Amino acid sequence: MKRYVLALFVALCTWSVAHAQPAGSGAPVPPPPVQGADQSMNAGGSASPTAAPAAGSAATPGAGSPSTTKPGLAWYDELAAKPKDVSTNFWLPKSVNKVADESDHMFIACVALSAFFFLAIAIAVVYFVWKYRGMSMVRKIIPSPAHNDALEITWTVIPTIICVFLFYFGWRAYIEVVTPPQKAVEINVLAWRWAWEFKHENGVTDNNLHVPIGEPVRLVMTSKDVLHSFYIPVMRVKQDLVPRRYTYAWFEATKPGTYQMYCAEYCGTNHSQMKPAVVVHQAGMTTTWDDQNGHHSVVDRGYENYLNDKAAESTNMPPVDLGKMLYEKKGCNACHTIDGTPRVGPTWAQKDWGKQIQMSDGKTVTMDENYVRESILSPLAKARPGYPPSMPSFEGQLKEKELAGLIAYIKSLKQ
Amino acid sequence: MATPAKNPHGPQNEPDYLNVTKGLKSWLVTLDHKRIGVMYLVGIMIALVVGGAFALLLRTELWSPGKTIVAQDTYNQFFTLHGAVMVFLVIIPGIPAALGNIMMPIQLGAPDVAFPRLNLTSFYMWVAGALLLVGTIPFGGLDTGWTLYTPYSLESKTAVLVATSGVFRLGFSSIFTGLNFLVTIHKFRPQGMGWFQLPLNVWAMYATAIMQVLATPVLGITVLLLTVERFAHIGIFDPTLGGDPVLFQHFFWFYSHPAVYIMIIPGMGVASELITTFSHKPLFGYRFVAYSSVSLALLSFLVWGHHMFVSGQSRLANMVFSALTFTVGIPSAIKVFNWVATLYKGDIRLKTPMLYGLSFILLFTIGGLTGLFLAILSVDVHLHDTYFVVAHFHYVMMGSTLVAFLGGLHYWWPKFMGRMFNESVARACALGVFFGFNLTFLPQFVMGARGMPRRYWDYDPQFHIFHQLSTIGAFVLGISIFVSLVSLVASIKTGKIAPRNPWGGSSLEWQAPTPPPLYNFEKPPVLHELYNYDDLYEVEPDVWERRAPIETEHHRANELARAQGAVADHTGGATAKEHADAQIHARAEEVRAARDMMETSRGEPPVSTAVDAADAAKVAGAGENAPAEAAVKKAEDEEKKS
Repeated sequence: MKRYVLALFVALCTWSVAHAQPAGSGAPVPPPPVQGADQSMNAGGSASPTAAPAAGSAATPGAGSPSTTKPGLAWYDELAAKPKDVSTNFWLPKSVNKVADESDHMFIACVALSAFFFLAIAIAVVYFVWKYRGMSMVRKIIPSPAHNDALEITWTVIPTIICVFLFYFGWRAYIEVVTPPQKAVEINVLAWRWAWEFKHENGVTDNNLHVPIGEPVRLVMTSKDVLHSFYIPVMRVKQDLVPRRYTYAWFEATKPGTYQMYCAEYCGTNHSQMKPAVVVHQAGMTTTWDDQNGHHSVVDRGYENYLNDKAAESTNMPPVDLGKMLYEKKGCNACHTIDGTPRVGPTWAQKDWGKQIQMSDGKTVTMDENYVRESILSPLAKARPGYPPSMPSFEGQLKEKELAGLIAYIKSLKQ
Repeated sequence: MATPAKNPHGPQNEPDYLNVTKGLKSWLVTLDHKRIGVMYLVGIMIALVVGGAFALLLRTELWSPGKTIVAQDTYNQFFTLHGAVMVFLVIIPGIPAALGNIMMPIQLGAPDVAFPRLNLTSFYMWVAGALLLVGTIPFGGLDTGWTLYTPYSLESKTAVLVATSGVFRLGFSSIFTGLNFLVTIHKFRPQGMGWFQLPLNVWAMYATAIMQVLATPVLGITVLLLTVERFAHIGIFDPTLGGDPVLFQHFFWFYSHPAVYIMIIPGMGVASELITTFSHKPLFGYRFVAYSSVSLALLSFLVWGHHMFVSGQSRLANMVFSALTFTVGIPSAIKVFNWVATLYKGDIRLKTPMLYGLSFILLFTIGGLTGLFLAILSVDVHLHDTYFVVAHFHYVMMGSTLVAFLGGLHYWWPKFMGRMFNESVARACALGVFFGFNLTFLPQFVMGARGMPRRYWDYDPQFHIFHQLSTIGAFVLGISIFVSLVSLVASIKTGKIAPRNPWGGSSLEWQAPTPPPLYNFEKPPVLHELYNYDDLYEVEPDVWERRAPIETEHHRANELARAQGAVADHTGGATAKEHADAQIHARAEEVRAARDMMETSRGEPPVSTAVDAADAAKVAGAGENAPAEAAVKKAEDEEKKS
């Protein structure tokens, strides 16, 4: 019996390692310039039968829908709107972080170890039950000792030794995963219910995370309200964001593409919709990405151009367009709709502009520029009946021009 | 509560505890540990159905991405209430307060627990806590997750204060039970029952009680602080008032990690009883298993930080907690190996409780091994707060503890309700629980490793198939549990009358009448060597008795065959000498058992032992059995002396 168990263990290890290979050795190789097509093939074919272009949910417009449907998007937003790369090596998403390999190997080693012990125990249980199942009313006497110190010490010591090794290697890999190099691109991350804001070194902010390839990226993170958690599965990075405190994470992307990021710490109503895209930009060159049908191409002009183009974007936009953009970028759309249905907050497609509206304390207020401005900067000053006072303040986060843009946009939505 | 008809195996000279007094009031103010246990059991079964209903609702919502039946806020309340009800109302009190309350004093040979009034207080604390916890629903529900993490729980508009006051009371209920059991186990052991003659279930109850008494006050303090902060806006956990939200996690897990062991160790105790009884063999490595319960209880206080590897806790703390976490793996591994070794050369009977016992071994093994992944620092960073964690702790809490609870419930049901349940239905349900459970939670390991975060109302399409499998499994599981509970309750009316010892159990509760009288034993129980199965025989199907060996035709033929070196049924390729040795050994054991029976019986009335032994001798056929005769003679001598 031992022989079979051993053979099975060896087979399992080989199988696991074979699956682990793409993550381990494949990652650092620079990708071919055009690779969108095979990537989405992977996504659809390999492990997840339903992985084809995400239908997305109503609350995350565009997050998963094919980019072709959104003309007029800036090239970087088109990249962010691409279907996410969800290819896996059965157990784990394919790693895109240079320092994640060791932790992946630990995972696979642990799968093999667990499979070995589980199978050994399960086979022993099934075999003993089958062999020693009672068959008659008269008990057969087969004496066997009630304890055996040597055996028991053996199976105390062996797990202990295994645990020491697991701890040591896990700790070593962890130190690597959490210690960023001295020189890194720094991005500030701010989270609130229920949106993310990524602020780059030149002051550009965005609600999707854009990072360069092959350079360490260090994230300095904090939260505006409750706990959130920064989680990018392909990077194997997770770190809670704590209000009034900074926490850190870092990674070094190895493969250009669009990946999924999540909030991993429960934060209320739209916790499951706090999932921006992570765009890893090709280094210093312009690359054309095909979508899976090959008839539309998205251009990746690189991280430097992203920073420049993004900075220029808001300076020459008409106020209403600026407001419309901020509506999505600042996460207003998590709570406010533009189709007339109330969500966590009142809809922006209102009929009340310029009219008196009722507050929950019984007073009335004219809905005008001043009211909207106050509602954005100090949302708790006045509350409308039927909506929870849960909106965070945007004081200090919006330029005067952006406020004007938002006000113009809301005004334009009057019905 | 329906009362079963008079049971011929019940107490002869007094009514059993179900019939000793009548009426609802006699139950509500009872001080009898069995009645309190039964009331706990009724409450826990109701809570189990409520918690299970929330589980099925949330699994239904996850059938498809986006909205299936309810919106986000409702879903958040479903998983919060599922967690809170299952943890605080079902799993923590499940085995100790219900099954333990009913059986632990009888296993000790004691008439009741040490503090019967405290026991009743503990039950009403539980009822008050349960009403408050479920009472959050009309007051706006609860959407904080059962973990009540700050600052979310400070800002949530739901009925957090109602819930915390409920949890506070439930904490006291748990402390009272623990205190009661500690004193009972220390002071109520009969003469001659040393620490290493305690059944392993009692050891587990003892380890659990230590944790309940030492850890639960911290939960009380934590929810009290949370209440004060919500009420009076004092900055303890709220960062805007200068508090520290991560401090809450330290406090919370300082209780809630030991609480994990408050949940699992009683399960291990019950599983140990099931495995030894249905293997008809002493538990292998008794002392190692007993010590591992206590060491788990102590180590569990040192590992709370492993819930906080990505919370912003310092790296040094992470390293220390990771190292300490591995130490809890070792006693767990020892237990699993010992259970498996107990099966070796046993006489295994696959009755319903044993099916649950075997399920327990397999599911706990998976739960324990997947815990290793989460103890490894680098791997935990990826897996933390994903479905991998959800699957892991369900394997431990549900797959292990609740399965052990169901196993124990079926195992002791005939004893305390006096009726046998329908074995075929129960076995089918046990299999349904096993397969339904695995179908529910195995896909969640894959989802989690691929990055599906927990507590998500919506999910990406690549996880769709796993969620659907999981939902199907949840329904199989839910229906199986529900049917098994209904079948148990139905057996009160329709079941066969249960004998004293339907399973061949060796501990003291099987000597008590079925159902037991008010003070558990009509005559003081006879102490045997612990887990001694040598003179336990199944005299007719499902009726076991201690007696001298029966010399049936079948038995003689069997022994003759062995003596001649023939390969007797399942002994494999053993040689004739081995068979002969085995026979000699068995004889020696029988003689010793008979002697022990005399020596360790409680000093007071040797009448009972003499009668027992005489009965045994009569059945075996007088004159045919020397050891039994010797035993009778010795007992009679003793009687004369006294």
